[in-house]
Amino acid sequence: MQKPIDLPIHRFSDMALLLAGLALSAAPHAARLSWWVSAAATLFFSWRLFIAWRQRALPPRWLLLVFTVGGMVGVYLTFRTIFGRDAGVTLLVLLLSLKLMEMRAPRDVFVVVFLSYFLALTNFFYSQTIPTAALMLATVLLVTASLSGASAPSRPMAANLRTAGSLLLQASPVMLLLFLLFPRVQGPLWGVPQDAYSGVTGLSDSMSPGSLSRLSTSDAIAFRVKFQGEAPPRGTMYWRGPVFWDFDGRTWRPGGGRLRPSLRFEAFGKPVDYEVTLEPHNFFWLFGLDLPASSPPNARFTSDYQMLSIQPVRTRLRYDLRSYTDYRTSDGSGEEEMASATRLPGNLNPRARGLGREWRRALGSDEAILRQAIEYIRSGGFEYTLQPPLLQQNTVDEFLFDTKKGFCEHFSGAFTFLMRAAGVPARVVTGYQGGDLNPVDDYHIVRQSDAHAWSEVYLQGRGWVRVDPTAAVVPSRIESGLASSVPQNTVPLIMREELAWLRGMRYNWDALANKWNQWVLGYNPDRQRDMLSKLGVSQPNWQNLAQLMFWSVAIVLGLMAAWLLWKFRNHDPVQAAWLSFCEKLARKGMARRPDEGPLDFAARIAPALPDKASAAHEIANLYAALRYGRTPSPDGVAQLRRAVGAFKI
Amino acid sequence: MLQRVLQPLRKYSRIYDFAQWFYRRHAPEPGTIVLTQRRVYVLPSRQGLVFGSSMVVMLIGSINYNLSLGYVLTFLLTGMGVVSILHTFRNLARLAVSPGRVDPVFAGEVAQFHVHIENPDRHDRFSLLLTCKGEMVSCDIPAQRVGVVAIPQRAQKRGWMPLERVTLETRFPLGLTRAWSYVRPDMRALVYPTPDDALLPLPQARPEAGDAISVGAGSDDFFGLRAYQPSDSPRHVAWKAVARTDTPLTKVFIGRAASELWFDFDDMPQGFDTEARLSRLSRWVLLATQSGARYGLRLPGSEIPLGDGEAHRETCLRTLALFEIA
Repeated sequence: MQKPIDLPIHRFSDMALLLAGLALSAAPHAARLSWWVSAAATLFFSWRLFIAWRQRALPPRWLLLVFTVGGMVGVYLTFRTIFGRDAGVTLLVLLLSLKLMEMRAPRDVFVVVFLSYFLALTNFFYSQTIPTAALMLATVLLVTASLSGASAPSRPMAANLRTAGSLLLQASPVMLLLFLLFPRVQGPLWGVPQDAYSGVTGLSDSMSPGSLSRLSTSDAIAFRVKFQGEAPPRGTMYWRGPVFWDFDGRTWRPGGGRLRPSLRFEAFGKPVDYEVTLEPHNFFWLFGLDLPASSPPNARFTSDYQMLSIQPVRTRLRYDLRSYTDYRTSDGSGEEEMASATRLPGNLNPRARGLGREWRRALGSDEAILRQAIEYIRSGGFEYTLQPPLLQQNTVDEFLFDTKKGFCEHFSGAFTFLMRAAGVPARVVTGYQGGDLNPVDDYHIVRQSDAHAWSEVYLQGRGWVRVDPTAAVVPSRIESGLASSVPQNTVPLIMREELAWLRGMRYNWDALANKWNQWVLGYNPDRQRDMLSKLGVSQPNWQNLAQLMFWSVAIVLGLMAAWLLWKFRNHDPVQAAWLSFCEKLARKGMARRPDEGPLDFAARIAPALPDKASAAHEIANLYAALRYGRTPSPDGVAQLRRAVGAFKI
Repeated sequence: MLQRVLQPLRKYSRIYDFAQWFYRRHAPEPGTIVLTQRRVYVLPSRQGLVFGSSMVVMLIGSINYNLSLGYVLTFLLTGMGVVSILHTFRNLARLAVSPGRVDPVFAGEVAQFHVHIENPDRHDRFSLLLTCKGEMVSCDIPAQRVGVVAIPQRAQKRGWMPLERVTLETRFPLGLTRAWSYVRPDMRALVYPTPDDALLPLPQARPEAGDAISVGAGSDDFFGLRAYQPSDSPRHVAWKAVARTDTPLTKVFIGRAASELWFDFDDMPQGFDTEARLSRLSRWVLLATQSGARYGLRLPGSEIPLGDGEAHRETCLRTLALFEIA
């Protein structure tokens, strides 16, 4: 270990390369950072580039100290902490920009390069898609090339890029082995910062006017489904999510459902078997087709048929399920449940209450009231729209009697309210409805825009029955999806029906992204165990994983070493034979001087080896003839080899 | 902290040095030295250790946050670090080091040991660093070429100065690992005694010199140089010599060129020891050569007859350098 050599970095190209790499890994953060951090980082990057270009002096240390302290204070004022994911990333970007300004020696290049690797890693907190991966690969390539430039200051930039590229290429088999075989542990190892999982879209744990229509413009994927065998008809694809009981006049909230290990219901028809790959949404719900007959591991059910994970879903989750779409809930409901299923808040929405009471008086039976309510919604002149007008205090009254324009949360909320007003136990169910078949890989994709809300009504003898008031107004919403149910210009671009070619591309891309999710991002301890079992390891544990990893990496490295060392050797048989001859003599203390030609050398050593003199002369002559002769004899090489082989002293 | 980790390694290097010395591998090796695989050592550099710990931190982060791509990135970088060890090794191994030219120097000057480094392979070698007693030279050697590197070494005393052990090292391509090898090519530089700042002696009338010469200071012929004194005419300042040596010198002219000079080891002022005498003689040889005089050298037990020119000068200086040295 010797002290590193400090040479000034004066080459503009090296600095430009480093800054370009850094900018690539910082760019995705720009949208998430506070404006002043992005501005500061841009300023420092350009300043450093200018310094390298014009060979200017770096700013004095006291100024950098002021900037550093200022940055820390700024981060604290923005986040009220300097720990946590977002504050940490902000701090990293700031410190990295400042470190650029005091990069004086190759030693500092190492610091900046290592920090850039960290910065590349932090991007994966927010996105692990294929484009992000490609961007980070480019970052690593550029930054590594500048690292290579720091240890060989004389080389051109293109050569450094090539070196970095070939190093990364040669590293990829090792990476693959480590990725597959490194004994995986399910994280987290300790608590992760509070803000680690913010910023995901999805259903929320309450429903108020506007909460679902907001989602309808998002084409983010909620989950993917792979059916075994034929998919059930679209009209029965109700993916159950949070169930709401308590209404305060504006917002529906969950009630206190009891937990139970499994669901009891009468099933009819054929079961549907499928696999769900759920995107993280930060809540406990697991989505399944109404109603699941089996339970994924680490899941529980509630008395209102919600399927809940034991931990919030913070990573992509895969589970197998079996459901029956034709069922009857035989589970009798308790009195307490019935009471909360008919409770209404205060004295809001008097007109709707009046209508409900009138139905009860006029019709009597629950089933007749239900039919009446559905008829009322269907023929009442209601309009299904993504942009419903704003509602004031009596949300249900205003929707039912004034605006008559709403999205599914308006319909299901108002319908449930009406049923309760008429004394029929009812609740709101939210979740997703439908799903798009991707013909490329046969996965059904359920997007956030498929978010839906419907109602369930308790009927004596039939249990809880699903009623979808939206379907009564716009049957096409259920049969063929959102895009066909609302005016085309309000639908997100990608979902519009006329853009079939765009959708085709989209399907291909989705299929690729799905493969990526399933095989790269979804490679977890379970998958690792599966793979090992398939490889024939009967009892996969971390010890034999580690052994397998060690040996396979060692073999790959050994092969690579052999390749690197042999491929570039000079395979010149004449030279090799001659060198071996010289080596033999050098061992006896008769080394050839560098300025000595073959014939002179032989002449010099011959007197010292009287019995070998002729052999030495022969070898020297052969070598000279092969090397410098006008027409070397074709079997000269073999002759030289034989002569050198026989030459023993 | 890092220091504490590195300390045992340094100690190891010292033990290694001792073992080398003990087994006489420290002796100069004649001829071409090929850096075979057994002679090339590889250990992570300080930056390599920092890189390694960064990888551990990134791995822990990836586990904690379940980042699949975090694993990919960490393992890709780890693989790159490991593969770079092979490249660093390959950048040094199989080089052939052979001795080249060394020009004689005066004690106190810097000798340039020219070392030939041959790259027999079909890949270029970059950023090779040669270190010898605190002096550092770096070079690149393209595929199948021979590079000539001059290692500067300051000559301390007259006689033969052997080339000490040279450390050949490289950190290419990433600087994360350091590969190094020790070589000691059989090379030595001839070191002449440092000339002191005396002037030429006035030639003595000698019986064998033929005519007696009466010499008085004049301005007819250039005779030699002496230290500048404030009263000297600026026309007589030897500007060229000033530029070379940084000490002001004045040209001395005499009425008639001295034709023959004898420099005698024994004919010296009182209190001069052997080295001082040799320095004085060395100085005289230089001055006499410069002024074009013919001169001879008398040493205890040997004598160099009268002569002039470069070859004569070399002979005289070499004799002085090796005086009483085996």
